[in-house]
Amino acid sequence: MTEITFLLNGETVQVSAPPTTTLLDWLRDGRGLTGTKEGCNEGDCGACTVIVTDDLGAKALNACILFLPQLHGKAVRTVEGISGPAGQMHPVQQAMVDHHGSQCGFCTPGFIASMAAGHLQGRTDHDVVLAGNLCRCTGYAPIIRAAKAAEEADVPEWMEEYLSKLDGTVGSHPPYAPESADDLAAWYAANPDGTLIAGATDVGLWVTKQLRELPKVAFLNRCADLRGIEIGADTITFGAMATMTEVEGVLDHNHPSYAAMVRRYGSEQVRGAATIGGNIANGSPIGDNPPALIALGATLHLRKGDLRRDLPLEAFFIDYGKQDRAPGEFVTGVTIPKSAPGLRCYKLSKRFDQDISAVCGAFDISVQDGKVQAARIAFGGMAGIPKRASAVEVALIGQPWTEATVEAALPAFAADFQPLSDMRASAAYRLTTAQNMLRRYFAEMTGQATDLMQVSA
Amino acid sequence: MSVAKPLPHDSAPLHVTGQARYIDDIPTPAGTLHLAFGLSTVARGTIIGVDLSAVRAATGVVAVLTAADLPFANDVSPSNHDEPLLATGTVHYIGQPIFCVVATSHLSARKAARLGKIDYAEETPILTIEAALAANSRFEDGPRIWSKGDVDAALTRAPHRLQGRIEMGGQEHFYLEGQAALALPQEGGDMIVHSSTQHPTEIQHKVAEALGLPMNAVRCEVRRMGGGFGGKESQGNALAVACAVAARLTGKPCKMRYDRDDDMIITGKRHDFRIDYDVGYDDRGRVQGIEFTQYTRCGWAMDLSLPVADRAMLHADNAYLLPHARITSHRLKTNTQSATAYRGFGGPQGVLGVERVMDHVAHALGLDPVQVRQVNYYRAAEGGLSAPHRPAASPPEDISGTKAGQDGQDMTSRGAAGGGQRISSGTGGARRFGAEHSPQAEDYGPNTTPYGMEVTDFALHAMTDRLLASCDYAARRAAIAEWNAANPILKRGIGFSPVKFGISFTLTHLNQAGALVHVYQDGSIHLNHGGTEMGQGLFQKVAQVAASRFGVDVSAVKITATDTGKVPNTSATAASSGSDLNGMAVQAACDTIRDRMAACLADLAQTTPDKVRFAEGRVHVGAEVLSFAEAAARVYVNRVSLSATGFYKTPDLSWDRIRGQGRPFYYFAHGAAVTEVVIDTLTGENRILRTDILHDAGASLNPALDIGQVEGGYVQGAGWLTTEELVWDDKGRLRTHAPSTYKIPAVSDRPPVFNVALWDQANPAATVYRSKAVGEPPFMLGISALLALSDAVAACGPAYPALDAPATPERILTAVQKVRG
Repeated sequence: MTEITFLLNGETVQVSAPPTTTLLDWLRDGRGLTGTKEGCNEGDCGACTVIVTDDLGAKALNACILFLPQLHGKAVRTVEGISGPAGQMHPVQQAMVDHHGSQCGFCTPGFIASMAAGHLQGRTDHDVVLAGNLCRCTGYAPIIRAAKAAEEADVPEWMEEYLSKLDGTVGSHPPYAPESADDLAAWYAANPDGTLIAGATDVGLWVTKQLRELPKVAFLNRCADLRGIEIGADTITFGAMATMTEVEGVLDHNHPSYAAMVRRYGSEQVRGAATIGGNIANGSPIGDNPPALIALGATLHLRKGDLRRDLPLEAFFIDYGKQDRAPGEFVTGVTIPKSAPGLRCYKLSKRFDQDISAVCGAFDISVQDGKVQAARIAFGGMAGIPKRASAVEVALIGQPWTEATVEAALPAFAADFQPLSDMRASAAYRLTTAQNMLRRYFAEMTGQATDLMQVSA
Repeated sequence: MSVAKPLPHDSAPLHVTGQARYIDDIPTPAGTLHLAFGLSTVARGTIIGVDLSAVRAATGVVAVLTAADLPFANDVSPSNHDEPLLATGTVHYIGQPIFCVVATSHLSARKAARLGKIDYAEETPILTIEAALAANSRFEDGPRIWSKGDVDAALTRAPHRLQGRIEMGGQEHFYLEGQAALALPQEGGDMIVHSSTQHPTEIQHKVAEALGLPMNAVRCEVRRMGGGFGGKESQGNALAVACAVAARLTGKPCKMRYDRDDDMIITGKRHDFRIDYDVGYDDRGRVQGIEFTQYTRCGWAMDLSLPVADRAMLHADNAYLLPHARITSHRLKTNTQSATAYRGFGGPQGVLGVERVMDHVAHALGLDPVQVRQVNYYRAAEGGLSAPHRPAASPPEDISGTKAGQDGQDMTSRGAAGGGQRISSGTGGARRFGAEHSPQAEDYGPNTTPYGMEVTDFALHAMTDRLLASCDYAARRAAIAEWNAANPILKRGIGFSPVKFGISFTLTHLNQAGALVHVYQDGSIHLNHGGTEMGQGLFQKVAQVAASRFGVDVSAVKITATDTGKVPNTSATAASSGSDLNGMAVQAACDTIRDRMAACLADLAQTTPDKVRFAEGRVHVGAEVLSFAEAAARVYVNRVSLSATGFYKTPDLSWDRIRGQGRPFYYFAHGAAVTEVVIDTLTGENRILRTDILHDAGASLNPALDIGQVEGGYVQGAGWLTTEELVWDDKGRLRTHAPSTYKIPAVSDRPPVFNVALWDQANPAATVYRSKAVGEPPFMLGISALLALSDAVAACGPAYPALDAPATPERILTAVQKVRG
């Protein structure tokens, strides 16, 4: 139980609660603010969306997998605070009424929070802003009409967050919230059995779904020196705590295909919390960053106490559930080349947005004088770890960059991968589509139409 | 007049500000306890040992209930008494409740529920249609078979014949608000239950049985649901009963809400179906004879499976006059969740069967599938128009206070009678169409369904023509073919599907409703009816009816929670019937009060009631004009009752479900859709590009709300057939039990071009203001998306795609590979 201080709908609150108390439970059970809803309790439906503002700005987050310590020193605005102090409606609220954007109304507060956050940011890419909010009634059309109708309206003055109100009230950091990588390194070396919590988009579910007790935790969000993104002459280094929203912003300029894939990763709310370090460190075979990063030849940075080491990212993933990470050691960042014009990332899932990949393939093939000079190909969803397609690469390198070469390389996929069948896809489908992604890559690089998103009626 | 106005949902301002209350938002008394079920982890077996000591010892646990602790009925079935609240001896699916934890918090209850140690003698579960058939595991003695004409002869005689099969998955409702209930014990053992239910009377009834009380000791209240879609017709019984029993035993208020994963694992879903077909047809694709065999997995308990399977049979014809038809239905019992009501209630599955046949026949003949559908349509209503042109669909505002019938006028039909042409959908008034003018009439016999009901109000000929023109179907179809020829990897497709959906409960006695209306002395109006609000806008529509009857603004009408203490013996808000039934009951109650007011005011003014008019918030009594409030006060002072009940029952229904003969429906609602898609032939990924819909809501009570139902129903229907895949493993475990693995449409899955229009012609049947039911019918328009995907696949090769549903990227890729041969 430690005191956590933040602004709630403009007013300072101080909370004593166990560190794995979720914001949603606290709002509903602790404060009686029942406007924010629980729809799934795992960050997939957006009914619990709130707006969280810190020194980097405002964003929409899922309150169901947000722990109270992550809010220390920030501002939280719920649907109740999106209306004005005298009950005035926010422009997105009025537009939702005018355009019949609510039916059963249960998802509506979450939509309102996402829409108000998007409105605050001047966003007009409503499909991206709202990809993490599920509605079962309306078919979304009237919600988008409402979002468009509110685009031009001014932001109401009550939406302004005065973080300076917290000056002097935010006490010293609790032991589970280190303020720097040094603090963290010291704590983790002393507590190698502790659980590190970055964005909580995965660990959150350990608590809300697996009902696990996490007696020893460290929240990394206050480690400012893990958050940075360094753009050098030839490389980009993402601090482990860079959120996927921040990562996407950088990739947009340098690696547009990767960025387009990231826009389908989780949702606005998930990307605003999830970190690139967390996505790597948890070792999931179906995380979407590792294939792209491996294809880019990324270097992973690790630290234990004062010891630091680097390794190629693909070497980090040893086996299912097993990574090259010692007790007490943590990911500090990852470095990628700044330019890779040949990089293409293909995410395959049942639903376009916010769905875990059945297969995620990343290709970076360099062609010189009509021949394949270099090839780095990696997949998620095809093995117990994110894995390079080494045999396929061998089959391509040195060969003429032709359809015949591509076809001749396809059998090598079976040497690289023996995928599993599960609820997302069968093994046969995974293998076929992985092969077809190479065909798609060739077609795309040779100017054929391959992108569904480019087709309109 | 407020009827027909596109007013917002009455709760919209509450929804958008977070003030709208759902069960879990109701402030609870101190000491409220929370419940969670301990669930079976095997799909079929006998319980041989139960150790709940760790559960009882867990933090916050107040009590743990097993079947032996239940004081009276251990039954939450809505039909066959085959569904115990808590398992007794045997278990029948993974997720079946075995014990119930009562704890001081929701989280403590959930944590403790996982600590039960149950030993089972496992048996091999029956999980699939094939396994159930092999074991003859079914509800009812054998398959139900309905037929019309001489099917075998017609099949033999037909110039062409083909057979096929379509498999279609079930569907999780994914109401955003999970199941929830709150029981508040009252003095003398009475119980008040707040439930997220479409069927408050059912909750009242099951709770009363479980407590050993008469129904008058239990009151169920429902303000709103956060979505229902059929999933809260019977599936809320378990929570409400558990809460009531626990509240009785502990003396404390008890609340239960399912965590999302529990909700998906415990509760029933849409029935999945396999439909086999054998069809004989001519060169134009005109069906001569057809045989359907429908197989459905009902899950472990009967629930509502019989009427669901019946409705699938009742919609095996959809929009098509099938001269010789036989429909066989197998209702199979499996060790899975007990499949339940879901928007369309079997209708979508039946419709998809015949739409697949039309598509298959068109492909075999190389014809445009729309043409094949048109030659198979039922014959149109008289004059080639599908419905009479819309006269003044609603009574004028200045309706007099005269009692209906006193002056020889039928109040409810006045609007439709305006043109002097009245087409009744009723049995007696139905005219025969086409027999003298159309040679097809001779060929294909009377315009009757396979269950012997004459179709007199068929609207789809004209609707199809208008839709095809407005969406530029022919030109787009040609452009798509051209585009496909130039694109080897991406392929586009276009699909058309119509729907004709029968409106009424097929259990005839459910087609009744009650209402209670009070006018207060200040002129404000309080309204209750038996329908429940789940987002469809029922309350708003009914309020608009009430406001229109009194000639006041809809803001003068307040609707409060549905309450079994206000209106008794209600039917579920289901079968799209909410507005039809409750709107009429409210109209009757309002008219009773209005007529009393008119009589009183006329008497005071020494005039006759027909000189009293209610319009625009005023009451005209001869030359005098009162505000409605003044009129109400004056009537009150003169000691006249300003409160009345209203009642309605749907006329002209008679149905024999065993013979499969009769008139189960009061009328049909229609719709038609054209969807265009694009697929990626390398992965099967796909997108909807454009959808155009023309839907028949009769003379709409509220066009904005009706369009909302159409848009939402279409996207939900398209989701059923595309991304929404339920996967069970070979142990019977549902592997897709959360939104992380079960994918309902997200915002970007809606059609980027989405044109929805209402046909907006008065209902020939005498419904409330000549409107039509709109809850379920548009769901089936999503079938056009599956047909469009099939069309895109068909562009890849010569074979017929025979695309099963849901058409996930994997199924589409498999179909692409198949058509390429």
